[in-house]
Amino acid sequence: MLIPTDEKELADAISSAKGPLSIRGGNTRGFAADGTPLATTGLSGISLYEPGALTLVAAAGTPIDDIQDALAAEGQRLPFEPIDHRPILNSQGTPTIGGVVAANVSGPRRIQAGACRDSLIGVRFVDGQGTIIKNGGRVMKNVTGYDLVKLMAGSYGTLGVISEVAFKVLPAASSAACVLIEGLTDANAIKAMSRALGSPFDVSGAAHVPVGLDGTPVTMIRLEGFEKSVQYRANELKNILDEFGDINIELDPANVAKGWAWVRDATPFVGTNGDIWRISVKPSDAPELVAKIAPQSHLYDWGGGLIWVEVASGTDVRAAMRNIQGHTTRIRGDGHAPKFHPEAPLLAKINRELRQKFDPRGILNPSLMG
Amino acid sequence: MEMPIPNADILAKKSRLVERLLQVLPNEAVIHSENETKVYECDGLTAYRCPPLCAVLPASTEEVAAVLKICHEMNVPVVPRGSGTSLAGGALPTADSVILGVARMSEVLETDYENRFVRVQTGRTNLSVTGAVEEDGFFYAPDPSSQLACAIAGNIAMNSGGAHCLKYGVTTNNLMGVRMVMMDGSVVDIGGAHLDASGLDLLGVICGSEGQLGVVTEATLRILHKPEGARPVLMGFDSNEVAGACVSDIIKAGVLPVAIEFMDRPVIEATEAFAGAGYPDCEALLIVEVEGSDQEIDDQLDLICSIAERHNPVELRQSKSADESARIWLGRKSAFGAMGQINDYMCLDGTIPVSELPHVLRRIGELSDQYGLKVGNVFHAGDGNMHPLILFDANKEGDLELCEAMGADILRLCVEVGGCLTGEHGVGVEKRDLMFDQFTATDLEAQMVVKDVFDPKWLLNPSKVFPLSASEERMAS
Ligand SMILES: Cc1cc2nc3c(=O)[nH]c(=O)nc-3n(C[C@H](O)[C@H](O)[C@H](O)COP(=O)(O)OP(=O)(O)OC[C@H]3O[C@@H](n4cnc5c(N)ncnc54)[C@H](O)[C@@H]3O)c2cc1C
Repeated sequence: MLIPTDEKELADAISSAKGPLSIRGGNTRGFAADGTPLATTGLSGISLYEPGALTLVAAAGTPIDDIQDALAAEGQRLPFEPIDHRPILNSQGTPTIGGVVAANVSGPRRIQAGACRDSLIGVRFVDGQGTIIKNGGRVMKNVTGYDLVKLMAGSYGTLGVISEVAFKVLPAASSAACVLIEGLTDANAIKAMSRALGSPFDVSGAAHVPVGLDGTPVTMIRLEGFEKSVQYRANELKNILDEFGDINIELDPANVAKGWAWVRDATPFVGTNGDIWRISVKPSDAPELVAKIAPQSHLYDWGGGLIWVEVASGTDVRAAMRNIQGHTTRIRGDGHAPKFHPEAPLLAKINRELRQKFDPRGILNPSLMG
Repeated sequence: MEMPIPNADILAKKSRLVERLLQVLPNEAVIHSENETKVYECDGLTAYRCPPLCAVLPASTEEVAAVLKICHEMNVPVVPRGSGTSLAGGALPTADSVILGVARMSEVLETDYENRFVRVQTGRTNLSVTGAVEEDGFFYAPDPSSQLACAIAGNIAMNSGGAHCLKYGVTTNNLMGVRMVMMDGSVVDIGGAHLDASGLDLLGVICGSEGQLGVVTEATLRILHKPEGARPVLMGFDSNEVAGACVSDIIKAGVLPVAIEFMDRPVIEATEAFAGAGYPDCEALLIVEVEGSDQEIDDQLDLICSIAERHNPVELRQSKSADESARIWLGRKSAFGAMGQINDYMCLDGTIPVSELPHVLRRIGELSDQYGLKVGNVFHAGDGNMHPLILFDANKEGDLELCEAMGADILRLCVEVGGCLTGEHGVGVEKRDLMFDQFTATDLEAQMVVKDVFDPKWLLNPSKVFPLSASEERMAS
């Protein structure tokens, strides 16, 4: 395994590579390709953190926990609430910030605060030839040149190995509440979440659990902010959602946090053995799609825009997605179907050509993305 | 500013080009007589002008595709244009190029409140996107000050921001999908009503690519429900340093205002003379706006005021009504006009780390003395996006050049302290030749290979963004 300890060594490791490299941070997310392992864990540490400017810069191999701890000490956080893949994948290791970026890992707050790529304001990376490239920077508004920062987020190491990342961070909410509706069908749950998300009350999480801890369905809507404001908005939401059913408001911060960590980490699928797929669609398309897939179990996040499904191993859920706009990624399981959603021909061509430009030898996580 | 010499071969085939364009577009959509093409000779950066070879105004994606196909076959450069409000010369034509304006494509194609998006043709103006949904309580968040005029097309190309982007983000954070015509006439759909399209984030790189990767004809935009209300507080301070420290303390306290606007003395004085908003006589002024219910607003403003008190403000005026809010915003909203009353001005757009604010303002003051040109600063303080307005006299020989030199120095200063050349206006031609101050040749090469993929012949909006010395080889071949 190659473990460079600075950016220069990383560049050398890549330029002198003779064959495919399998790029990884902590290797917790199940996206390892074939090839000589190259880990970024030797590039570690927060190099700049200015709470008053809401900006943080860190080396790619920095453990995500270190970053979250540093932010928490100043009452701030990463806005996009990255999932920890270890429980559902049963993987070991320490997740890194570079891995989060490379996989554009975004959790429940995606619907309010954006995806990982929306908070990312700068990157440094090494392309497939060993060239060090910088894009973006440490300021949160920047339109100088093309936005390769976004291109790198979610490129799964196929365009370059990220060595440094810069983020716009946000104040952590001092208080949170969860509005809970019991017993909804999937279709009604989506309607309720849509109404909440279409309200002025600044919802920061909307999930539906078809089989809750006590066996009945529960719809969860999160509010965050200052205590009085959270309580006010929770009550307002209760009023506008009244017709949907019995509504409870959870105000205990520990319970709210626990509930959303449970959703974030797709906990219903921990310890099961089917394949897991993550599907992104327009929320109103979600219930019908789920009915078509008929999964063993499922979970809606992002107001229904994100569906987690578990199916018998080897099942290709994409067959059900014909005529539905969206895409799906296999998170767990092997099967014949590609991990990532096949692109329309012209888009596939653009993707392929971009990868060729950045990695002409095709050595960075080859064939991971297509 | 230097532009390449127009290609004589292209100039020579104008009549053949026009003939072919007329085969795919109605007569009134092809503008080729010299007195009419003049309308398109510049954008919001009026210092540079050059009428195009001709201009076309297609009415559909199919017509855009037909035009691009012809231009691609004939090797004629194309400059996409929305409303022409770019302050960076992004839509500046060259004499051998076709202006492709999307102004006639302004329909709303789909409105979906349940899934919270609208799909529009990109010639639609920014404000009229909100206009189409506001009766139902919704709005489109990015709000450039030019929103009455500028089109979604230009917003996407420049990744435009606005006063409220501290909370809602800029265009790229609110754009879910596009339909785009590539230079060879093929049409691609990227993203859509679902979140985070599959594959590489092409949407992310198209947004902000200044019309160099394709012509965007349709956009899927995220819409939000309007907040219950919004009100600002106005605060005046004795020095820029103190105002800067106050901004930082507000952010550190965990409040996230929707806007934090900063004005310095020259701008305060100019707006007072122009609009008479009743601003205090002070060195620096902040307008901080928050949103929510009445009670939520009061609570947040109380907290913000208590932070401001620690910095001994010379004035602290918390709005209690829509009327008072309008008065607080009046001066800020007329700032550009007010400066324009004094003289011509050049508006810069560098961004700096917020912590560098006092230092940068001091250095700008020194540069102002050194060059003998007055500068006013009015900007989005929460995100460090500066807008120094340099006053000059366009009719005075050498003043524009002096102003440009000073502007370049200020932008270099922004880069030096860890910031960038442009926060929301784009590079265009204006900042093109400063790109080497921010990027190395390899950094720029990595951007140019993206253009190679989308537009291998480099026909779309050439001579912009990249220094000519960096792109000339590609443009020649
Ligand atoms: C008074 C004033 C205030 C302003 N305030 C702000 C502000 O607050 N925030 C801000 O960000 N900007 C601001 N601007 C700058 C400007 O309004 C923005 O850059 C705006 O987005 C430009 O839109 P437009 O439709 O006028 O684009 P144009 O000026 O027509 O074109 C801009 C760029 O977009 C490209 N383009 C146009 N259409 C397409 C298309 N269909 N496909 C691909 N590329 C295309 C052009 O080639 C060009 O590079 C201001 C300008 C003025 C004059």
